[in-house]
Amino acid sequence: MPAIKYDYKNKSMKLIKTNSLIFGNDEKQMPLNKLHPNTWVDAYADYLFNYAVGRVSDAEIARDLVQETFFAGLKSAKNYKGDATERTWLIAILKRKVIDHYRKINSKKGKAEVRMNYSASSDSEGDWLEEQVADPFSSFENDAIENEELGLAIHGCISKLPKKQSMVFKMKTIQGMSTEDICNELNINPSNLWVMIHRARTALVGCLNQNWFEL
Amino acid sequence: MISCEKAAIICNKAQYSEASFIEKLKLKFHLLTCKACSKFTKKNAQLTTICDKAKLQSLTEIEKSAMKAKLDKEI
Repeated sequence: MPAIKYDYKNKSMKLIKTNSLIFGNDEKQMPLNKLHPNTWVDAYADYLFNYAVGRVSDAEIARDLVQETFFAGLKSAKNYKGDATERTWLIAILKRKVIDHYRKINSKKGKAEVRMNYSASSDSEGDWLEEQVADPFSSFENDAIENEELGLAIHGCISKLPKKQSMVFKMKTIQGMSTEDICNELNINPSNLWVMIHRARTALVGCLNQNWFEL
Repeated sequence: MISCEKAAIICNKAQYSEASFIEKLKLKFHLLTCKACSKFTKKNAQLTTICDKAKLQSLTEIEKSAMKAKLDKEI
């Protein structure tokens, strides 16, 4: 809704758009996002790790990148304006870290060079590039991208679960630990564990229903 | 006959292939008569499929606490 305000300093009438219709308030009073570095590891480590592993395909490097991301986030915390959520902000930093990583390993000139043989298996020479073009009917690349997005969606949902439930679910589903081991480690009994798994799974189905697709 | 709660627990165990033969049989009988549980079982199985498909990765608790310790030092 456009409103007309009188600007005393410049002594002119200005047409100012306000968000009063949508928010019922001025934009300035909207709550801004804040950083809570001490909760980062619990809340975002797995999400960021999943993202990094998809890009560098090495668990150890991915872990280091996530750690570096947290450090960098801490260092530049004062630049955080609060208009993006914490997670979006951290992912943006991680993206830069991944790029830096590739820059570092490709710093030697030769590595950046692309060598292409006519065929890797035969010795025949030539440069028939049209035969190297991606197969348009291959669903492999699309599947890979889709699966990565799916993984991030699932991790986003897992991070909304209560701490203990998400821990049990991750240990069981992702790390594939046996019931006995989990019970010993967390000091709970099996029926307790299954109830937690049940709650976690029910919540996940609900969450994925909203955020991903009709499950 | 088993209750819906028990059926749900067995169904979850079955997702991790930890349900015994007798349990599976009990669940099957329950599903014949209970529509709500049939629906839940279907969705639960779908969740397992997409979790497998996404090839989820996560850090272990040990790695996380190491990460936390390093971060705490910086704070």
